[in-house]
Amino acid sequence: ASGRERLLPRLRPFPRPAMDLFGDLRRMNKRQLYYQVLNFAMIVSSALMIWKGLIVITGSESPIVVVLSGSMEPAFHRGDLLFLTNFHNDPIRAGEIVVFKVEGRDIPIVHRVIKIHEKENGNIKFLTKGDNNEVDDRGLYKEGQNWLEKKDVVGRARGFLPYVGMVTIIMNDYPKFKYALLAVMGAYVLLKRES
Amino acid sequence: RKNVEDFTGPRERSDLGFVTFDITADILHGKKSIFDWNVKQLFLYLSAEYSTKNNALNQVVLWDKIMLRGDNPRLFLKDMKSKYFFFDDGNGLKGNRNITLTLSWNVVPNAGILPLVTGSGHVSVPFPDTYETTKSY
Repeated sequence: ASGRERLLPRLRPFPRPAMDLFGDLRRMNKRQLYYQVLNFAMIVSSALMIWKGLIVITGSESPIVVVLSGSMEPAFHRGDLLFLTNFHNDPIRAGEIVVFKVEGRDIPIVHRVIKIHEKENGNIKFLTKGDNNEVDDRGLYKEGQNWLEKKDVVGRARGFLPYVGMVTIIMNDYPKFKYALLAVMGAYVLLKRES
Repeated sequence: RKNVEDFTGPRERSDLGFVTFDITADILHGKKSIFDWNVKQLFLYLSAEYSTKNNALNQVVLWDKIMLRGDNPRLFLKDMKSKYFFFDDGNGLKGNRNITLTLSWNVVPNAGILPLVTGSGHVSVPFPDTYETTKSY
């Protein structure tokens, strides 16, 4: 039996060369896939770092906000973007536009400071009002709260861009749009081939 | 100036001031009109600034006006009454000799920075030492 085997040439069965080629292809695609995923992770990390950097530079927990209501018209409309700073030694003065949060509520409000009373030690209490509102904001504050304090301030409006924030509002109001956008972005990043 | 109960705020008696004023102003940026290609509107406000025993610094906006691009940048207003109640946080208006009235404005651009500008020229007004007697109805 061993003698006969040494005389006949060993033939590989037909399917095996094709399977080897397919195996190579599958290995190459996995590596490319991991590479694309890492690329995507890098983009996301960089964006997060830029956002955190902005928070540090401006001193505000939310340096870019979108105007949600029409209470500051005709200056700001729903969908406008505001850039904020919150420097500690920047005093709050009447006439300034501040973004503040009412204790216990998540939604920031953009209105103007119309009254301030500041003590010698720097403690300040102030009242706000939307330009387009008839009355001041006391109705918006917490039950029994008559004034705002420095700790309620998210930031002071320093700059503004019209319309740009509309994308955020659309994504909030139409979540299907948000998922569609994410799906498109994900597909683009994963399928994009480096030349 | 009266001492009345402030129904809109904290439930204590505070001084309420009444001010009548005239405004003559020409809002410029350097030598030209302030309304250049990037100015959408101005938010003008008249604020009263003063010191009291209770608070080292007080600022109260008495009157405001929105001036749109295209409006005349000159103001010539007479006998204006304050739009908003001039309540003090306490009783610091009686006998207060130094209330400074200043006209300032917030420039709202089409896009960009939002500066706050104070006009040159301000007026100091004193409040009398006694309260006005309230009329009874």
